[in-house]
Amino acid sequence: MYDFQYHRPKSVADAVAALKKAADGKLIAGGQTLLPTLKMRLAQPTDLVDLSGVPELRGIKVEGNAVVIGAMAKHAEVSASAEVQKAIPALAMLASEIGDAQVRNMGTLGGSIANSDPAADYPAAIVGLNATIKTNERTIAADDFFKGIFTTALKEGEVIISVSFPVPEKAAYMKFDNPASRFAMVGVFVAKLAGGVRVAVTGAGPSVFRVKAMEEALAKDFSGKAVENIKVPTTGLNSDIHGSAEYRAHLVTVMAKRAADAAK
Amino acid sequence: MSVSVSMKVNGKTATGNVEPRTLLVQFIREHLGLTGTHVGCDTSQCGACVVHVDGKSIKSCTMLALRADGADVSTIEGLAKDGTLHPMQEAFREHHGLQCGFCTPGMVMSAIDLVKRHNYKLDEKTVRHGLEGNLCRCTGYHNIVKAVLAGAEAMQAKGV
Amino acid sequence: MSEQGIGKRVVRKEDQRFLTGKGHYTDDLQRIRQTHAYFLRSPHAHAKIARIDTKAAQSAPGVVAVFTGADTAAAKVGSLICGWVVKDKHGEPHKAPPHPALAVDTVRHVGDTVAMVIAETEAQAKDAAEKIVVDYQELPAVINPAKALDKGAAQLHAEAPGNLCYDWELGDRAAVDAAFAKAAHVTKIDLVNNRLIPNAMEPRAAAAEYDAGSGQYTLWTTSQNPHVTRLVLSAFVLGIPEHKLRVIAPDVGGGFGSKIFIYAEETLLTWASAKVNRPIKWTAERNESFVSDAHGRDHVTHAELAMDKDGKFLALKVDTIANMGAYLSTFATAVPTYLYGTLLAGQYTTPAIHVNVRSVFTNTAPVDAYRGAGRPEATFVLERIVEQAAREMKIDKAELRRRNFIATDAYPYQTPVALAYDSGNYAGALKKALEMADYDGFEKRRADSKAKGKLRGIGLSAYIEACGLAPSAVVGSLGAGVGQWESAQVRFNPTGNVQVYTGSHSHGQGHETTFAQLVSTQLGVPLDQVEVIHGDTASVPFGMGTYGSRSLAVGGSAIVKACDKIIAKGKKIAAHMLEASAADIEFKNGVFSIAGTDKQVPLGGVVFSAYVPHNYPLNEVEPGMDENAFYDPANFTYPAGVHICEIEIDPDTGVSTIAKFTAVDDFGNLVNPMIVEGQVHGGIGQGIGQALLEHGVYDEKSGQLLTGSYMDYTMPRADDLPSFDVGYQVTPCPHNPLGVKGCGEAGAIAAPAAVMNAIHDALAPVGVKSIDMPATSSRVWQAIQRANTKMAAE
Repeated sequence: MYDFQYHRPKSVADAVAALKKAADGKLIAGGQTLLPTLKMRLAQPTDLVDLSGVPELRGIKVEGNAVVIGAMAKHAEVSASAEVQKAIPALAMLASEIGDAQVRNMGTLGGSIANSDPAADYPAAIVGLNATIKTNERTIAADDFFKGIFTTALKEGEVIISVSFPVPEKAAYMKFDNPASRFAMVGVFVAKLAGGVRVAVTGAGPSVFRVKAMEEALAKDFSGKAVENIKVPTTGLNSDIHGSAEYRAHLVTVMAKRAADAAK
Repeated sequence: MSVSVSMKVNGKTATGNVEPRTLLVQFIREHLGLTGTHVGCDTSQCGACVVHVDGKSIKSCTMLALRADGADVSTIEGLAKDGTLHPMQEAFREHHGLQCGFCTPGMVMSAIDLVKRHNYKLDEKTVRHGLEGNLCRCTGYHNIVKAVLAGAEAMQAKGV
Repeated sequence: MSEQGIGKRVVRKEDQRFLTGKGHYTDDLQRIRQTHAYFLRSPHAHAKIARIDTKAAQSAPGVVAVFTGADTAAAKVGSLICGWVVKDKHGEPHKAPPHPALAVDTVRHVGDTVAMVIAETEAQAKDAAEKIVVDYQELPAVINPAKALDKGAAQLHAEAPGNLCYDWELGDRAAVDAAFAKAAHVTKIDLVNNRLIPNAMEPRAAAAEYDAGSGQYTLWTTSQNPHVTRLVLSAFVLGIPEHKLRVIAPDVGGGFGSKIFIYAEETLLTWASAKVNRPIKWTAERNESFVSDAHGRDHVTHAELAMDKDGKFLALKVDTIANMGAYLSTFATAVPTYLYGTLLAGQYTTPAIHVNVRSVFTNTAPVDAYRGAGRPEATFVLERIVEQAAREMKIDKAELRRRNFIATDAYPYQTPVALAYDSGNYAGALKKALEMADYDGFEKRRADSKAKGKLRGIGLSAYIEACGLAPSAVVGSLGAGVGQWESAQVRFNPTGNVQVYTGSHSHGQGHETTFAQLVSTQLGVPLDQVEVIHGDTASVPFGMGTYGSRSLAVGGSAIVKACDKIIAKGKKIAAHMLEASAADIEFKNGVFSIAGTDKQVPLGGVVFSAYVPHNYPLNEVEPGMDENAFYDPANFTYPAGVHICEIEIDPDTGVSTIAKFTAVDDFGNLVNPMIVEGQVHGGIGQGIGQALLEHGVYDEKSGQLLTGSYMDYTMPRADDLPSFDVGYQVTPCPHNPLGVKGCGEAGAIAAPAAVMNAIHDALAPVGVKSIDMPATSSRVWQAIQRANTKMAAE
């Protein structure tokens, strides 16, 4: 790791100010991806601004027909939250399958989605539940947030405050692990929302994507049977030593089917 | 450029001056000389470095020492009290849950957190899944799983 | 005391320190004025080094020294050696190209060592290494061993034309050809034995210190055999007199073979410690371990088995290409030859066998012994082809094996591939394993799985290994550069407790307990009065270390011999004390007595008398109670057994789940059943890892290691493995005093074939004929798809 200056502000405003002052500052949330990256010397920020001391980024609460989760909420907190378990059990379950227990005790919602790892789990829930991302500057709709591999709509100096997840009628997340890293090789989030059905896929492509054909089929008949013969095109899907694009495409169908059957 | 850091480690105040890039595990091993916490990988997967920070298991190779400023840290060295092993340590010994001993401190620290997280109620499947953040190359996990199940019962019986 | 002796389940003495974080591993060292080394490694698979500029690094903050291959060449640091000379078909020794510790003008694999930076801190060493400018001129590389011999393949070494290290054979080719000519059926098979990366949880590490006053070097290193390290560094590489180099292998966190070898890093640390006159420490980051530890396996094989109409094996021929990697590691040449070809008879009476092995250089990390070393590869070939034959001949796979087993009364049994088996009961182990696995109930379980849309299979692996390495005269005639005896010293202190020094080394095997149990039983001393000491060349007599499941069979036997000497000497002293003839003295449970009387003296009293010889037969025996022994075995030991794997496959995803894994092993007598069981579990875990998960993959074009971290190299985790059912068949080894055979490698040897046979059994009904290890979910799914497409076309 290269050395850097370390800041631990107590408010979002102070965090933004520290970022602005730095030549090449970077926010650190849970650090579960950032620190390994820094250890491999793949990045050299001049300053790290640690968000763990900012109270306004914490907390999980139900607001109307939505669950609002602070950006610094840890995966373990989300998975153990009685509110989340009651309102959106699929989201609690998703959080309980991120990384391992120790990573879940450090890793955060905001850190995960700001990083936009193509194999991360949370993006599937954000898009699958049509969540809204609130930053210090604006709100961003789920469909506008993820822009590609490790790329989001966030601008420089923009800090995620919280994410608002609409409570669905039913939903489920099915993940097929990469056998080595345990990241999602394919993860499919299906949800029946007031505004319609959503099917969001992570792991299979460069970034989370929706499968319209499955959404339409599930809107007519919310069951595994409805999607079991819908194939996603292999074009643009990830392919590596762990699985070809064909395998990933196939798994999207299998996981979607299982998710639709498991949704509650 | 070093910065001062202070935390409680195994109940005692530990302070030091560290470069900001210092990881918690480096502070524990190199500054405090508590070498029971090990480093087995650089991608936050092997779990040899697991310690408890404010009661929760974390990977000390993936946490800055400065982040732990003011925190309450426990390491493998802090488990045995007055020469008596913690029930989980005892269970690992009784069930031959360790061979080379390198993964053991992290494994034991993770196991204790696992037991508490599940309120002492564990079965084989839960234990196997719950240890996915800890790699062992010696045991094939068979005896580790047995040890954790027995350790959970002993912890409950002893109210630990 | 009997509760702590041979055969008892005794909890381990060493666990107290490991469980409390008080172990002493190499990286735990902090020497006064310690510096840190960092190695700059090649990012290329194959390149000429046109120029290295270290100027900026030399003047970077905290830097103590920077060395390159030019420095080590000028200082005449010798090549790292391969200690086993294999003679090819024509009697010529294997090609032995130089292996410089720091590359001089060419790098030959990603991770090859290019420069060493020594600085006050690890971070400073790393910071400075980034300032070294290396001008590489990339060369074409060859990665795949099957292509290394091709015309036009990139050439690694001028000393090894065509990348061939040796072309070796064993067995009677003419007899094999004759048998094939009259065969009723021939089964053919093509196999890849996947490259594995050992991944002991403790990364390799070393620390070196030089005492300018005495000229003494001390090297702490993660070694399985510190004396061998010292010998190689002294006699072949650095020229430091052996008595001026002390090698300490303290607590070592797993080895599995990968820590047998003498690597560039500890060599360079030792050399440089005198140059900079400061202690130097280095610990591999895991990404360094991946590219620089010796890897395992990596064979490509074609095999054919000839049978008569009843399935009786007539002959076997095997043709293998074995990958050596870019340089020869310490024992690399022996692994695919004497530890592989000699095992191809397995448990069977096959009268004619021929094996041809071509070992090749490629632009990959060196390949050497990894748990099992050659024997897993042999078992895999044999047990896969036997089960394939059973399928083709429509003979039950257990029955086919039974028809070909060596009979229990046939020992000693000379195989056509050099070994003389000493004992065994293969049919007995099979019977027991089939019962434990409920083999007879399998078809019902298969039907139940089918009803759920799942594919179920069962696979057997009847393995044999040659362990307890080794009779020195035999291995010497086969090219080994060392003897393979073991040493022991049993030293009583005047107060009656015992220090046992062993040349074996424990890095997880529990010798501090098992060896103490031996001494406790032999001498009647309580377990807590016995301290086992290993791993330090300054205190332990020269020993050969731990590998090849040899510690108990060879090292334990040496301890028994030393105990016998203690008893013999004690009898003379006791005779004097009891005023009797030594011939009339008996020794039992720690007490010397005159046979048939109640006159006795405890061992402690004899020991005290030996150290305080006031009333002592000084004209007959020397004072003191401290005996050395060396034990050179008469033969290898031959552990054998049957492992059975039952697997269920989800055809929708290709995921395999092991439903049941049964192991019945014959290790001869067991000293500590708890520890033996742990060794079996661990070996099976690695064997299942090889079969289903693990694969060291290089990009064939760039030569980059694609599985260079735990993000891509699939280590078995707790939820990848089942619990195992372990049972034993006990046929004592007839030629060592304990009747033991060794248990460390069995699981890794037996399991891959059992798992893969189960996979093939499960997939046969859907038309899958062949699938390579590791049978990942992705590969299984793809194999099913291919079979579906083929079936649809037919």
